[in-house]
Amino acid sequence: MSELFDTVWGWGEFVWSFQIVQIVLGIVALMVPLMLCVAYLTFAERKIIGYMQVRIGPNRVGFFGYKLWGLGQPIADAVKLMFKEIIIPTKANKFLFLMAPVISLATALAAWAVIPLNDFLGIADEVNAGLLFVLAITSLGVYGVIIAGWSSNSKYAFLGAMRSSAQIVAYEIAMGFALVGVLIAAGSLNLREIVEAQQGNLGFLDWFWLPLLPLFVVYFISGVAETNRAPFDVAEGESEIVAGFHVDYSGMAFAVFFLAEYANMILIAALTAIMFAGGWYTPFPAAMVPDGIFGLLIGSGIHWFVIKTAFFLIFFLWFRATFPRYRYDQIMRLGWKVFIPITIVWLLVVAVMVLANVGPWFD
Amino acid sequence: MLENYLPVLVFIVIGGAVGCVMLAMGWMLGPTRPDEQKLSPYECGFESFEDARMKFDVRYYLVAILFIIFDLEIAFLFPWAIVLEQVGWFGFAAMSVFLGILVIGFIYEWKKGALEWE
Repeated sequence: MSELFDTVWGWGEFVWSFQIVQIVLGIVALMVPLMLCVAYLTFAERKIIGYMQVRIGPNRVGFFGYKLWGLGQPIADAVKLMFKEIIIPTKANKFLFLMAPVISLATALAAWAVIPLNDFLGIADEVNAGLLFVLAITSLGVYGVIIAGWSSNSKYAFLGAMRSSAQIVAYEIAMGFALVGVLIAAGSLNLREIVEAQQGNLGFLDWFWLPLLPLFVVYFISGVAETNRAPFDVAEGESEIVAGFHVDYSGMAFAVFFLAEYANMILIAALTAIMFAGGWYTPFPAAMVPDGIFGLLIGSGIHWFVIKTAFFLIFFLWFRATFPRYRYDQIMRLGWKVFIPITIVWLLVVAVMVLANVGPWFD
Repeated sequence: MLENYLPVLVFIVIGGAVGCVMLAMGWMLGPTRPDEQKLSPYECGFESFEDARMKFDVRYYLVAILFIIFDLEIAFLFPWAIVLEQVGWFGFAAMSVFLGILVIGFIYEWKKGALEWE
């Protein structure tokens, strides 16, 4: 009897360990390309904003003596930051000071667990409360900012953290209401089912951006504000409070904050693609997709998810190159007095559309 | 059910580990040459005037309180939004009453000036 128990126990343990290995491999397979995307997003930002301002941007650092339009720049930046001193100010609370960047990065990465990449790929994509998890884990990101600002024990950092957390919190409400609109339209919290609810024969006209247009705009602008990107970057505000909450961070500790910010941008862009732009579905009507290799290229697939995410990411960079920084009272007015009324009204409109089965989205 | 969340847990742990490993690498590869000036809080080159744990504007606190109220209401809307197709027009009417009360509170806040920042 005990022998049998041992055998079963051994097998159970073996299977269990195998499952963990599988999960870890899956996560690594997702995280390595993600980190590369983050690195090259910083490069794309400098390059694209450079061209928008009639400059060339970084173009010197390449590989093995070839310049390659400066493609080696993010690698060189990472290596440089790695060899820089991590300064911990004497007055700072050391444990919290080092915890803050880790919290920022962990929350920015962990939200990717529930993101479906296409109709079968994803780490924990069958979780039935996916959107709730995303909302919860991205809300935790504000702790990274506020702990960094408080533990630095510096005035600039403190002011930056206060501004940033009030701003993030204000836009989170508009964001939450926009998400409720998506839930009404899709009838599910699972991100894959949200994408599948946007399937149809009309291509991009079937996606939720059309019936939820005000919510889509509010969600994306709130996303820009949540990630503290220009024109909502008063938290950094280099012309007034130098660099805001991470003014006392240097070397790798700063790099981790930087990575978290860009990972959050990619996350917001990916979520916008999933909830409003049909995830991995092709924008072409079903009748236009031919058979064969060309059909694979035009038809639905993970490449469309990547293209849409990149498309929304360009907007983050474009905003930064175009708009001057908002004043803080303007930011608060936009969040509370414009976005919240719009989203509340449109929630009721969406609910009526769903109950009245307005086609082609809700029939 | 709950085993679906195992990858999520592993992901959170790995996310934290990545941050820790990067910090540790920076710690090991970078130099450590502290001096008194370098380790003082940054204040544009001046000696810091007073402690950074200073008084701050009460409006930040107000924003936090308003956030809790609204976020709670969003949490109430979540389950309703999922089952809207099942609860139908009756559910819609019930939630309209709830949203109506919320809007009355919102208008009160607005008129009271709680949303003004200046």
